[in-house]
Amino acid sequence: MDIVRTVVRRELAAYFTTPLAYVFIVIFLALAGAFAFFLGGFFERGQADLESFFVFHPWLYLFLVPAVAMRLWAEERRTGTIELLMTLPASTFQIVLGKFLAAWIFTGIALALTFPFWLTVNYLGEPDNGAILAAYLGSWAIAGAFIAIGACASALTKNQVIAFVLGAAICFLFLMSGVDLVLAAFRGWAPDWFVDLIASFSLITHFNELAKGVIGAATAVYLATLVGVCLLVNTLIVDLEKAR
Amino acid sequence: MEEMVRLERLTKRFGAVQAVDGVSFSVARGEVLGFLGPNGAGKSTTMRMLTGFVLPTSGTAKVMGFDVVREPREAKRRIGYLPEGAPLYGDMSPLAFLRFVGEMRGIHGKELARRIGVAVERTALEEVANRPIETLSKGFRRRVGLAQAILHDPPVLVLDEPTDGLDPNQKHEVRKLVREMSRDKAIIVSTHILEEVDAVCDRVVIIARGRIVADAKPEELERRSPLHNAVRLTLERERVEEASEAIRTLNTVREVQRLEEMNGVATLLVLPVDGADLGAQVSQLLHGRGIRIERLAVERGRLDDVFRALTQGPSA
Repeated sequence: MDIVRTVVRRELAAYFTTPLAYVFIVIFLALAGAFAFFLGGFFERGQADLESFFVFHPWLYLFLVPAVAMRLWAEERRTGTIELLMTLPASTFQIVLGKFLAAWIFTGIALALTFPFWLTVNYLGEPDNGAILAAYLGSWAIAGAFIAIGACASALTKNQVIAFVLGAAICFLFLMSGVDLVLAAFRGWAPDWFVDLIASFSLITHFNELAKGVIGAATAVYLATLVGVCLLVNTLIVDLEKAR
Repeated sequence: MEEMVRLERLTKRFGAVQAVDGVSFSVARGEVLGFLGPNGAGKSTTMRMLTGFVLPTSGTAKVMGFDVVREPREAKRRIGYLPEGAPLYGDMSPLAFLRFVGEMRGIHGKELARRIGVAVERTALEEVANRPIETLSKGFRRRVGLAQAILHDPPVLVLDEPTDGLDPNQKHEVRKLVREMSRDKAIIVSTHILEEVDAVCDRVVIIARGRIVADAKPEELERRSPLHNAVRLTLERERVEEASEAIRTLNTVREVQRLEEMNGVATLLVLPVDGADLGAQVSQLLHGRGIRIERLAVERGRLDDVFRALTQGPSA
């Protein structure tokens, strides 16, 4: 656990010593606000809840979160520090986990900085704060899933741009796997159960529940499994690189 | 002698390329092993296998008895490693970086502070300890890499080109440090600077195209040089011809070369047969003929000749 904590601390510090952290936070806050007000009709809905705010988060995360995750491994590869890191007496999984947690905590900080929305709805009315908290957790969980995917993409290359594009593309597939745009690609040849399986991977269906403040068991298990599998794949990618 | 590192038939193939091909050697406590070879000979790959960064295709490497593949964490704990080019986290200061490495190695609190103090002092990093690493000069960066490698006082040190890119003073400092630490450690230093071998190494392993071509003490390697025990003579110019004729008659002489001439003197290089000791013979001979010797020097032999002969095989 000591090792994971040490990795988390170093990675978090790395975010805040580069302008990336501040750029990310500012853009995230600005876009989250703009989407909620202009697209979501935050005020016009006349309801004291944050659904119009949360509902756009997956789309924001789609291109912002891969940008957070892209440096996790690609940067180590490019600068050669991966050699230093992997010759320390730590297991690959500890380092994978530490890097994931650091990026996840970082998105958590950005998300927490949207608290003025919460203050606003509480000032304007009497929202269900339990549901808002649940929606915050749900939003954060989606960010976590995207980070886990983005970290895998980052481990595949030493080029951060490739890591970003690859990460965003995979995130998009997971987000949209419930809609025809993606399913049509499988329908022609794959058996029905497979198409249904792909459809059930859809993050957006799960997220629509989360945005309402409902955390279902299926959604929780799905997200935890997705993150877990990604971390294992990430570990595998890093370890395979050693044996190449 | 206690054996601390052992490589046995270590092999690495990248696709069709045989990067390292059955490399075996061992290093004992107190020994500094110079690991030499031209660029691309497999030095770094061998060191990466030893430190657990690259998995061998076959063969084994053991550190203090721990197999680097089967018990990587135990082995890694006992190694201090300076990778080629000394990669570092540029956004951190040397102090923050050493704290990170120390904590990753399970050192905490006062003990960590003490060890960082020792490492910073030994590598003379005090004045830059709080500056971001990316703003430091190459010399300082290399020293941060060294500080990181010696932080946990490991029994085995693996240094991949520790003096590459340093100025002569810095090179001297690093070599001194290596010498100081060699007493109770096993140290492997890779280099392609041959003067380094004389300066720090007790033993030399030369590798070419993935294979070991020599494993010997530096003196033994010098003895293999065609120049070993060659005599360099400076004589008055008028009698050079006569002297070289006379020297050629000695049966221990293989060849006499005439080198430069200036200010009325000329220099002859006398190459012996099988490294025979010629000095006394030659000076006696010339004395007998009344030829005045301005200067006489016996060559030890040049490692770079030996290095070239060994690493440029028929296929190169």
